[in-house]
Amino acid sequence: MKLRRSMMFVPGNNPGMIRDAAIYGADCLMFDLEDSVAITEKDAARYLVYNALTTIDYSPAEIVVRINDLESGLGIQDLEAIVRARPDVIRLPKTATAKDVTDCEKEIERIEKEAGIPVGSTGMMAAIESAEGVLNAPQIALASKRLIGIALGAEDYVTDLKTTRSDGTELAFARGMIVNAARMAGIDALDTVYSDVNNEEGFLHEVNIIKKMGFSGKSVINPRQIEPLHRTFRPSQKDIDKALAIMDAIKEANAKGSGVASLKGKMIDKPVVARARYLLELAGIEVDA
Amino acid sequence: MDVTKIKNIDKITYRGEFDENTSPRKNLPEKASKMLPSIREAIIKSGLKDGMTISFHHHFRNGDYIVNMVLDEIAKLGIKDLTVAASSLTSCHAPMIEHIKNGVVTHIETSGMRGDLAEAVSRGLMDTPVVFRSHGGRADAIASGDIHIDVAFLGAPTCDIMGNANGYNRYEENATMCGSLGYAKVDAEYADCVVIITDHIVPYPNTPCGIPAVDVRYIVEVENIGDPNGIMSGATRYTKNPKELMIAKQTAEVIEHSGYFKDGFSMQMGSGGASLATARFLREKMEEQGIHCDFALGGITGQIAEMHEAGLIDKILDVQSFDLRAAESLKNNRFHAQIDGCFYAGYDFVGAAVNALDFVILSALEIDTDFNVNVLTGSDGVIRGAIGGHPDTADGAKMSVVVGPLTRGRIPTIVDHVQTVITPGVDVDVVVTDQGVAVNPRRPDLAEKLQEAGILLYSIEELKERAEKIVGKPDPIKYKDKVVGLALYRDNSIIDVIHEIDESDMSR
Repeated sequence: MKLRRSMMFVPGNNPGMIRDAAIYGADCLMFDLEDSVAITEKDAARYLVYNALTTIDYSPAEIVVRINDLESGLGIQDLEAIVRARPDVIRLPKTATAKDVTDCEKEIERIEKEAGIPVGSTGMMAAIESAEGVLNAPQIALASKRLIGIALGAEDYVTDLKTTRSDGTELAFARGMIVNAARMAGIDALDTVYSDVNNEEGFLHEVNIIKKMGFSGKSVINPRQIEPLHRTFRPSQKDIDKALAIMDAIKEANAKGSGVASLKGKMIDKPVVARARYLLELAGIEVDA
Repeated sequence: MDVTKIKNIDKITYRGEFDENTSPRKNLPEKASKMLPSIREAIIKSGLKDGMTISFHHHFRNGDYIVNMVLDEIAKLGIKDLTVAASSLTSCHAPMIEHIKNGVVTHIETSGMRGDLAEAVSRGLMDTPVVFRSHGGRADAIASGDIHIDVAFLGAPTCDIMGNANGYNRYEENATMCGSLGYAKVDAEYADCVVIITDHIVPYPNTPCGIPAVDVRYIVEVENIGDPNGIMSGATRYTKNPKELMIAKQTAEVIEHSGYFKDGFSMQMGSGGASLATARFLREKMEEQGIHCDFALGGITGQIAEMHEAGLIDKILDVQSFDLRAAESLKNNRFHAQIDGCFYAGYDFVGAAVNALDFVILSALEIDTDFNVNVLTGSDGVIRGAIGGHPDTADGAKMSVVVGPLTRGRIPTIVDHVQTVITPGVDVDVVVTDQGVAVNPRRPDLAEKLQEAGILLYSIEELKERAEKIVGKPDPIKYKDKVVGLALYRDNSIIDVIHEIDESDMSR
């Protein structure tokens, strides 16, 4: 399972940030061709990101590129260039319906074929940024096998709701919808950015909320947010010990040829194992398959 | 009676019975005083003549008015062919270009140079190469007489009428301060004639003092010695630059596991963003592990002063204060001591403080695959830095850690060959960049300790290749034959030369 605790925004027209993006330890890097790039810079950013992806080694981070929406006419130009640079994931902005996803998927598939790239090797994620998108979240999450996750884009969403960002009340429903839709589809749910980069306390407060809600991670706009984010997602030693004990019990049962494992007299069922596995991954502990 | 055993017996006289005519003190002219009305008067009284050497300090950094004021007056008096021996020069000293063109200044000795003056020197302004020395090297050269200072013009934020001068003000809040006068103390001790230029005459005695009255011949009060904002800012702030923070965190980890981070250690840190942030991370580790530091040396920042006040650092040896917070601490804290350049880093002085350092954190413009470091010339070959105490501390300390980003803009920091060797690779133990740590192969012991602690190490070549992979390999810089600068090592031997840059083919 791929960890997606942090998805760091990298403006597609900022050579310095593009050059250094790899060094901060983000799980995912999201090169942005959309909102952080002025309309007059779109082609330059596309060219820059294409060349960065084909030149710089960003491993082990997952590479995501946020394209412009297809309706703008820019999105298709972005796809033509970026799919050929072989990112892990194309992030589709302003997703309102399942059709937005399938429309984009068709274009990706066409380009993959033209470029001789294995069809289906380019992943997708959909950012939901409107009331319509939030209400369609389950259909969006199920729209394509390429989807690795869905994300909340809060700035456009609160504008659509005719409210503003405050203590999180305004996002409660959208977050609930998105995390449930994602988990229903078996994919990741990613939370929106926290823009006040100098307010670590406020950032941590929000991270704690989304972690409890079940989100896989959060978008970040400054490298300094990565460390506290990962720290919050790191399980406690008590939880790690418990998970390790569960994995040992499973191993033991397997060795005995027993189909049923138990720990301290309690049967260990599948969800418990899956949770233990996920927790150990968050803790950075390798688990035998 | 044989008095010939008494040396210089012929110089001892007998005045007869004391009265008002024979008492030497009572015989001083009515207005006998070191105070002079103007810099012009001081230059004349000092006996400055063509071909002599004058000196200045750089404790006022980019806010300094002294050098320009003094040279303007000297030029007006028609004195020529002078050597300027400054502890360092910076971009505010651009007016010196005119004095060089007019023949007032014909040679420069300094630790560094920036701005228009450095640009002009790099393009062949002077017939004689500028001599760049380390802070320790300069102090030695002055003490040994290699640099003989005829007249030292030393700016001081306060001075009493006897000549006790200080880098701070005990009598006025919010007055201009520069903290330690460490480098100037050497000039004051060895120059033939010392002129203190101040904008605050304070009541006698201005003690404890940076420069004692016994070293001072004349005092001039002027309106302003400098621009307070250029001299010193409030407190050097922690960086928010995520890359510098990363380098700092990694540097603190390296130090923690180097074997030198134990109770009673000693250290020196620079004032750069990464260096300051390292102080913060080290402080956390000191508090967590109950480790305290015997002494912090060198350029002192507010962070170090705060650690001293919190009881984490026993003593501070301050040759240069980097911010107001540090200057305040020098003024107020008994064990925050003002030391001079010889005490700090003199090579001929067995007891130089740098030789007692456990570790030092240093910056670099360029590092090459032999671990040589350049802190003086930029990637365009132009002089834009200062040697400072780089080679002194790197050589003296048990471990030197050079920190910097792997690339700056489109320029790699780690290269095949540095433009100018300032600190030789033998003196450099660890290089910490944002993209990895390299240990000098001469220090397998250190590499082993760091690896045991789980710190991933790269070879310096791997880091170089990594940098080149990102920004490419720059074309070599073209130089002319003319030598415009000599770079000296801490023992005052020539370690490299700087050539005039060749801009004839800049069409690329």
